[in-house]
Amino acid sequence: MHDATIRIKAEGLSKTFVLHNQGGARIEAFRDLSLSVGRGRCLALHGPSGAGKSTLLKSLYANYKPDAGSVLVRHGDAIVDLPKVSPRAVLQVRKTTLGYVSQFLRVIPRVSVLDIVAGGLAADGVERGEALRRAGAMLLRLGIREKMWGLSPKTFSGGEQQRVNIARGFVRNYPILLLDEPTASLDAANREIAVKLILEAKARGAAIIGIFHDDAVREAVADEVFIMKGNGEKTTI
Amino acid sequence: MTMCAQAAPLSQARLDDRPILSVKNLSKRYGARPACLDVAFDLWPGEALGIVGESGSGKTTLLNCLSGRLPVSSGSMLYRSESLGEVELSTCPEHILRRFNRSEWGLVRQDPRDGLRMSVSAGANIGERLMGAGSRRYGEIRSKALAWMEKVEIDRSRIDDRPSTFSGGMRQRLQIARNLVTKPQLVFMDEPTGGLDVSVQAKLLDLVRTLVANLNLSMIIVTHDLAVARILADRLMVMRGGRVIESGLTDQVLDDPHHPYTQLLVSSILEV
Repeated sequence: MHDATIRIKAEGLSKTFVLHNQGGARIEAFRDLSLSVGRGRCLALHGPSGAGKSTLLKSLYANYKPDAGSVLVRHGDAIVDLPKVSPRAVLQVRKTTLGYVSQFLRVIPRVSVLDIVAGGLAADGVERGEALRRAGAMLLRLGIREKMWGLSPKTFSGGEQQRVNIARGFVRNYPILLLDEPTASLDAANREIAVKLILEAKARGAAIIGIFHDDAVREAVADEVFIMKGNGEKTTI
Repeated sequence: MTMCAQAAPLSQARLDDRPILSVKNLSKRYGARPACLDVAFDLWPGEALGIVGESGSGKTTLLNCLSGRLPVSSGSMLYRSESLGEVELSTCPEHILRRFNRSEWGLVRQDPRDGLRMSVSAGANIGERLMGAGSRRYGEIRSKALAWMEKVEIDRSRIDDRPSTFSGGMRQRLQIARNLVTKPQLVFMDEPTGGLDVSVQAKLLDLVRTLVANLNLSMIIVTHDLAVARILADRLMVMRGGRVIESGLTDQVLDDPHHPYTQLLVSSILEV
């Protein structure tokens, strides 16, 4: 990428859902969007519910398939156009470069909280003991006490699950992080901790794109706001 | 590096550069009736491919063709064997397929009674596979059997018991141990959680996921359960009427399905 500090760049991205089993209804989420985020910067996607913010974030993660456009991601020495590469290449990029923290925790029922958070560190080559130590420290920071570490988070409250999700995303040093309302179900104290984690990630150079429902959180972390009005319209402030 | 130029190809050194199995134009017909039509895919080392679809979609027929238990009508299946190099499975002699099935491949069936020998002990079930792959020393076979019983979380004291005295979940875990003890490079799974209570499914899925990741083996898993596919498969192929109608990254296919049938399949899942 031209500017060596750019970590992720989308160009001409369009996405329309076609619902074949509902009369072939076409729902345009967005059209011809372009954005880029550099090292240590945070871009907030902003707009009313239904404006396509989550759809855009999911398209950047290659969870959704955009109809047109590119998503260029700096992956080590290479630049990868996510919508165009093979599934296993996408998985490689997700494993070490591109992290995603959603509002919802999706895990196998039996796996413990500590293993969920420590699990991804193996991809960074972190030795097991050290991975468990870092995972524990991150969980403590987010107020998940040690006696809960051996449990499956399936039975946790929404806020606790959300904190496990944040711990899992932020324990790794992803160069690029996508955050879909990471603070949605948190109380004020935990929201503060989440903000600190985001600022720390920026300080170590992470490029972040996020949806932040909470105005105070957005103001605290975002360098730029990308406004989506729905129907493909957008403005950048 | 210029930004607007096309993306540089992902460094090949990071990915294994050759598929372990490369399937092209694979078809299987029963008389005039096609069961599989023009199936094509590459399976890469360490990758788990899920084949989903309803009963009658051709997914089990496809698995049977791939694992050499059913002759194909046309097409090619190039397999990269660790002992024999590249082998075309569709024309390969029976004894070679048997050899693969004894050691380089694993096959986990839906009903453990089909994959185990119910009248011999758990230890013998695991040991038989080791002996088939050439092991002859009793002490070593027994200690490996014990180690694998532990890995699949069956109490070591049950080694001399017959699987007929085991629960369904234990039998399935024993079947997995029997298959993985020879460190196969390719494992076929046919509805591995199909016959199990929901309460033991999660344990089995977690176990399979961990073992597969640790052994870096390649896996083809047939299931009609999309939740199982999401957990175990990196990539999915959706089959209907013998054809692959949609394929791609697992979460992409499940969260943003494009084909009308896949949309129907995904939207038909009951939520608890």
